[in-house]
Amino acid sequence: MADDGVTRRDFIYVAAVGMGAVGAGLSVWPFVHQMNPSKDVLALSSIEVDVSALEEGQAIKPKWRGKPVFIRRRTKAEVADARNVDVGDLPDPETDQARVTKGRDEWLVVIGVCTHFGCVPIGQAGDFGGWFCPCHGSHYDTSGRIRKGPAPKNLEVPPHKFSADGARITIG
Amino acid sequence: MPLFNANNPIVKWVDYRLPVFSFADAHLIDYPAPKNLNYWYNFGSIAGIMLVVQIATGIVLAMHYNPSADQAFNSVEHIMREVNYGWLIRYMHANGASMFFIAVYIHIFRGMYYGSYKSPREILWWMGIIILLLMMGSAFMGYVLPWGQMSFWGATVITNLFSALPFIGEHIVTWLWGGFSVDNPTLNRFYSLHYLLPFVICGAVFVHLWALHHRKSNNPTGLDIKGPQDTVPFHPYYTVKDILGIAVFGIFFSVFLFFMPNALGEVDNYIKANPLSTPAHIVPEWYFLPFYAILRSIPHKLMGVIAMGASIMILFVLPWLDTSRVRSATFRPVYKQLFWIFVVTCLVLGVVGANPAEGIWLWIGRIFTFIYFMFFLVLPIVGWFERPRPLPAGIAESVLEKSGGGSSGDEGRAA
Amino acid sequence: MGRFGKLVAAAAIALAAVTTAQAAGEQAELKKVSLPHMNPFGSYDFAAVQRGLQVYQEVCAACHSIEFLAFRDLNDTGLTPPQVKAIAAEYTVMDGPNDDGEMYERPAEPKDRFPLTFPNEQAARAANNGAYPPDLSLVVKARIGHENYIYSLLVGYADPPADKELADGMEYNPTFPGGQIAMAAPLSDEAVEYADGTKATVDQMARDVTTFLAWVSEPTLVERRQLGIKVIIFLVIFSVLMYAVKRKVWADLH
Repeated sequence: MADDGVTRRDFIYVAAVGMGAVGAGLSVWPFVHQMNPSKDVLALSSIEVDVSALEEGQAIKPKWRGKPVFIRRRTKAEVADARNVDVGDLPDPETDQARVTKGRDEWLVVIGVCTHFGCVPIGQAGDFGGWFCPCHGSHYDTSGRIRKGPAPKNLEVPPHKFSADGARITIG
Repeated sequence: MPLFNANNPIVKWVDYRLPVFSFADAHLIDYPAPKNLNYWYNFGSIAGIMLVVQIATGIVLAMHYNPSADQAFNSVEHIMREVNYGWLIRYMHANGASMFFIAVYIHIFRGMYYGSYKSPREILWWMGIIILLLMMGSAFMGYVLPWGQMSFWGATVITNLFSALPFIGEHIVTWLWGGFSVDNPTLNRFYSLHYLLPFVICGAVFVHLWALHHRKSNNPTGLDIKGPQDTVPFHPYYTVKDILGIAVFGIFFSVFLFFMPNALGEVDNYIKANPLSTPAHIVPEWYFLPFYAILRSIPHKLMGVIAMGASIMILFVLPWLDTSRVRSATFRPVYKQLFWIFVVTCLVLGVVGANPAEGIWLWIGRIFTFIYFMFFLVLPIVGWFERPRPLPAGIAESVLEKSGGGSSGDEGRAA
Repeated sequence: MGRFGKLVAAAAIALAAVTTAQAAGEQAELKKVSLPHMNPFGSYDFAAVQRGLQVYQEVCAACHSIEFLAFRDLNDTGLTPPQVKAIAAEYTVMDGPNDDGEMYERPAEPKDRFPLTFPNEQAARAANNGAYPPDLSLVVKARIGHENYIYSLLVGYADPPADKELADGMEYNPTFPGGQIAMAAPLSDEAVEYADGTKATVDQMARDVTTFLAWVSEPTLVERRQLGIKVIIFLVIFSVLMYAVKRKVWADLH
């Protein structure tokens, strides 16, 4: 740009290039956004699970967003186990109370995907009575927390809430 | 308007190893183009952009489409209803095919009017016809993919054309189908080939442009480029003009895309394919109608197929059928008349193709099929007796003549 | 264009006009219906879509499926999520297998699509005297005449002319190609009771269900037109600007 004044011609050139660039940029968006989850996929992003039939010590494994979710109605002993640890010693420090819904302490809801490389751990197994991942030997306790092995984080707790009578859990 | 600085050390370093900058300069920036190209010459770049649009939208559609006879129709509806902007991308692709053909047909007629097929551009012209044939194959197979009624029955009818061949015809049809009717194997192979062909088209377009840039553009006078006074650098003169053309064509495209996206399609293709019931009127997409009319005008199966094939193949020998030493119809009074008769003939054949082959339509179809081929057959004689109008001394002189020696050359010649 | 060329063109256009008029003979001319969304810049009348949904549910759904419509799509018609949930809950869908390997029925949820009326074409034909009630998800786009055809068909039932032979179980409807249709006249005055108090005449119900089916056929129409206006305005301004640029660039030439 010369100092001797911006001419009308320069303005038209700049406007045309600018408008072309903006148009090209905006028209890319549909081509990017089409790869995001479609409406039917988003419609499945929340599920409701009936847990009224679960006895103490039992677990179910519904599918949510394409992944298994472990819902476990823990025994008193399992809850006690989970709470009777020194949180500071854990690889990923977190109390059991922070991972369950207050008043529904026996219910544990976690995403059944190992935080190491995404395998599905086996229930009621491992050194801590929780889960054991067969891929690389990670041991989770009865709160789904990592205790031993290569996984860096505890099993993820998905957003969930209980119906008023406690018979159904809405996940997502 | 230099786009890059040739003395920049990075530019120099790269160019020494891979001459992308020299190449861009030679073919997009300093490439000498005749200074008198009018707006009809915009349709080449418009066709090129439409090819890019088709490939971009097609790749996206392939991410969501399911090429099985059970699911194809449903997956198209999934794209239309559930995928983010799926409706936009699918309508772009469906209408984009029509836009591509519109641009290419105008491009071909322009080449015929100005004699762009004549020496030394015969191979350039051939590559164009090969691109057209590839486009036809690609469009036909693409139309099968939504697996609606017209997809299915169009595929059935067109593949059955091969059954006209003596002895091997039936075997070829079975081979094309991968079975004893159009079915899942047919859909799968058409999908595979429909994905492949656009890239073959890209290759053919590259050769087309190679030949073009080797012998340079023809122009409305049909005269050869004699020196720098006849040309302008491609950039900025034709870059801005091509972008203008693309923008205006984009408006035309958008009217179809956003306000009448199904106007060029057939209602029957919104009904799932049903092998047990044929729709009342089977018609191909509009861009095939003239050829379809020629096919149906001949009351013999094999001869009809041959006539339809010949109607395109005859374009390959056009450079030799035209015996005139003058290229441009501007200076050829008889050829100019013939050219317009030919254009109208193609349009009439299009109308005939859209109507049932019975009664008066059959006869109109036959008459215009005859005129279609006569156009090519009288060309050698026309070149012999026609007296061309006097030619200007050169391209630069013709520009000056037209503008009265005044300001710019080709204003106000809207395409 | 040459003189001869013009002559030929004129003759061809005249011929086209004559024969198109001939071809329309078999089928009665469609009545023209005027609905807000049929205007090039119009939007759907969603109150009519909701009424049309009711007509579909109470009348059409006995025979016709609507396979591409999900209950959640009804959120776009102005119904609230709890209303949509309640509508879905009126239907049962097949789900499973459960832990015992059995398929089971459960109330539909918004994520589900409207269940099919018949499991397959054969079952539909068996239940309908050999006729196949088509799925209505795309019907407005799949018929020549579109909205006008659907409307005309629904209001087109009449007593057959004396010379018209009807096959067994067929009804006379001049809108239907061939004039006889297996579907008995589906609408009669007060066939449904509209929640919004609109009087349920045959004409009103035909308009409402046509609007509903148009929406089901093309739910993205409004979004498409809104985007289209923006794109075209953008391209027109850009074209004008490019034309100015082109003039400036080419003015240097001489």
